[in-house]
Amino acid sequence: MTKKINLTIDGIHVGVDEGATILEAASSLNIHIPSLCYHEDLCVAGNCRVCVVEQENSKNLPASCATPVAEGMVILTNSMKVRMARKHIVELLLSEHNADCTKCYKNGLCELQGLASQMLTGDHLFLDLVPDKKYTIDMFNTAIIKDDSRCIRCQRCVRTCEELQSVSALGVAHKGNKMKISTFFEHSLFEVVCTNCGQCVNRCPTGALIERNYIDQVWDAIYDPGKHVVVQTAPAVRVALGESLGMATGRIVTGKMVAALRRLGFDSVLDTDFTADLTIIEEGHELLTRLKKALVDKDPTVSLPMFTSCSPGWIKFIEHTFPDYLPNLSTCKSPQQMFGALAKTYYAQKRKLDPKNVVSVSIMPCTAKKFEANRPEMRSSGYKDVDFVLTTRELGIMIKQVGLDFEALPEEKFDSFMGSSTGAGVIFGSTGGVMEAALRTAYEIVTGREVPFEGLNILPVRGTEGEVREATIKIEKVKPEWGFLEGVELKCAVANGLAHAKTIMQNVRDGKANYHFIEVMACPGGCLGGGGQPIPTNKEIRTKRKAAIYQEDMGMPIRKSHENPEIVEIYKEFLEHPLGHKSHELLHTSYTPRKRY
Amino acid sequence: MVPTESNYINELVEIHGRSRTSLMPILQGVVALKNYISDQDMTEIANELDLSAAQVYGTATFYSFLDTIPRGEYVIRVCKTITCDMHGKRTIIQTMEDMLKIKVGETTPNKKFTLLETNCLGWCHEGPAMLINDTPYSGLTVEKVHDIISEYMNK
Repeated sequence: MTKKINLTIDGIHVGVDEGATILEAASSLNIHIPSLCYHEDLCVAGNCRVCVVEQENSKNLPASCATPVAEGMVILTNSMKVRMARKHIVELLLSEHNADCTKCYKNGLCELQGLASQMLTGDHLFLDLVPDKKYTIDMFNTAIIKDDSRCIRCQRCVRTCEELQSVSALGVAHKGNKMKISTFFEHSLFEVVCTNCGQCVNRCPTGALIERNYIDQVWDAIYDPGKHVVVQTAPAVRVALGESLGMATGRIVTGKMVAALRRLGFDSVLDTDFTADLTIIEEGHELLTRLKKALVDKDPTVSLPMFTSCSPGWIKFIEHTFPDYLPNLSTCKSPQQMFGALAKTYYAQKRKLDPKNVVSVSIMPCTAKKFEANRPEMRSSGYKDVDFVLTTRELGIMIKQVGLDFEALPEEKFDSFMGSSTGAGVIFGSTGGVMEAALRTAYEIVTGREVPFEGLNILPVRGTEGEVREATIKIEKVKPEWGFLEGVELKCAVANGLAHAKTIMQNVRDGKANYHFIEVMACPGGCLGGGGQPIPTNKEIRTKRKAAIYQEDMGMPIRKSHENPEIVEIYKEFLEHPLGHKSHELLHTSYTPRKRY
Repeated sequence: MVPTESNYINELVEIHGRSRTSLMPILQGVVALKNYISDQDMTEIANELDLSAAQVYGTATFYSFLDTIPRGEYVIRVCKTITCDMHGKRTIIQTMEDMLKIKVGETTPNKKFTLLETNCLGWCHEGPAMLINDTPYSGLTVEKVHDIISEYMNK
């Protein structure tokens, strides 16, 4: 059993586990100590000093986030000395911070602004150093903007990029008053190994790292009477959007979101889950085809294990870091891009629209999707398949802009067609979801029976966050045409967060792992923990969103992609058959090796 | 084993290893050989050590003696701290600027000299002081500097 340490905080006696910090001990007493560089998901840095407290018989003010509790400690969290120190620390940070808050995208959501307002800063005790600093703004990237003039060098982004994502596109460069958060040789984020996952954006306490927002462009399209604006919504958005609008974490707001989008003026409100189901059909057949080539034809050129390709952060990661393995990536586009390609072909035809007047917008939990939509490959409809990508946060802003009372909105249904989906499409929003959805369909294609798991819930691939999960499914009593799979044990692995993806990739490369199919999501927890999701996002919040995703799955009348009636229809009317000619043209893509720096 | 011109990164990696702690000696080795670390050197080192290029860049830019832009054959670093300043550092710099026809921070067109300022060299009792590559010179006067630089010019 862990040893209990007794201490006194603000006159209250408390016993906490050995190793806990003063900040954690205070938090257990509901005493909120302000902090900036601290983040639950990351290692302790202790560099901003905002969380200092007074310790009896100690001259210095220790940083509560970085100081473990000790027996008999007497701590004051709000003494005069502490309050003055904190105020000066925030004022010093502000003396180097471009504080034109009304021009900042994070206005109202900035943690530094919050502290400044709480502490009533404004004495101008310190010289304003901003005019002397040669700050740079990196505006060249299509997904993320980095503005050094707003950076307080707390290094949350640096720790995020290293610890959660093992990418380290951002590092600390130079020293002293010239110290800055920098990419390699201060190149633009679009030139370096940055995957655009946006985890740094989600953790930046100020407006130094933000998504490139396309809100005005979307409004322009909506107000243009000549344009038909279709919107697709990703599965993870519906379990997090409520947080942006003041609702409790983990609320499912699918119906209200649809209602809100309609009131914003979108001409058709459709669902990325539809193309998630389509992805499953295409990707499932691709996997079975690869297995056949490997097991029956003994084709040495076939690349196994096959990796999922839904997560654009993961795609860019592998392009930079493991370019030798690009043939292992499924050629399937992500559901967003499948949707975009179909919106300007199948959908436009069916609705008798000229595709050049169709504007396709997507609402994503993701910043990397912005980069993905701008890839040159993503124009197979003859137009830019997805015109604008908005994050969950941007949609939250748009809803606030028009003053909708979100919570009071009725529950409405998606438009049809390309609006119907299944539980399998919904769980794409969580780590393990694509794997589970693919298995539900592939197993049934091969055996004619449902997957042998109670209630279709393939729990081994769900697991908990932050670990590489493995599952083996034995395929038995197959249909005659799939005879070669009889008795085969399908080995699957699931990773979320690029740090874990790197571990899997190293195991595959070193021959330590023998998988057939690997699902990777770039963000911790999968899309529900995506870089475009409401701030804050942490483990507790991700757990609640995940529960909501699986609850939504359970509530769907159809839970297998291949039973989605609109999917059946699109193959009948348009695509003909999985991996067919049309599919290859519109739904599949190729990848580009990139330099690693 | 002394690294050769062509394959120096690989050779430095062989000498110092691939752990994170090998980074400093490798960077120092590159500077010893080439006077600065190029962006290409950094990406190569990063790949060898499985670090990101930004991490290597961060380490290199932290240390003043790990230059990341091309330097001359002889790097002159004049102490810029207060004691040397009070002992006439400015005249010393002026003399060298006149002789080399460059300003502080610049490199001569023939790539022979780079003139820089540096933090305390620990020669406060004999200021002004400077370093030329690894050799310290102290108690500098205009005449003394003239002789030292002339000697290097003729090397």
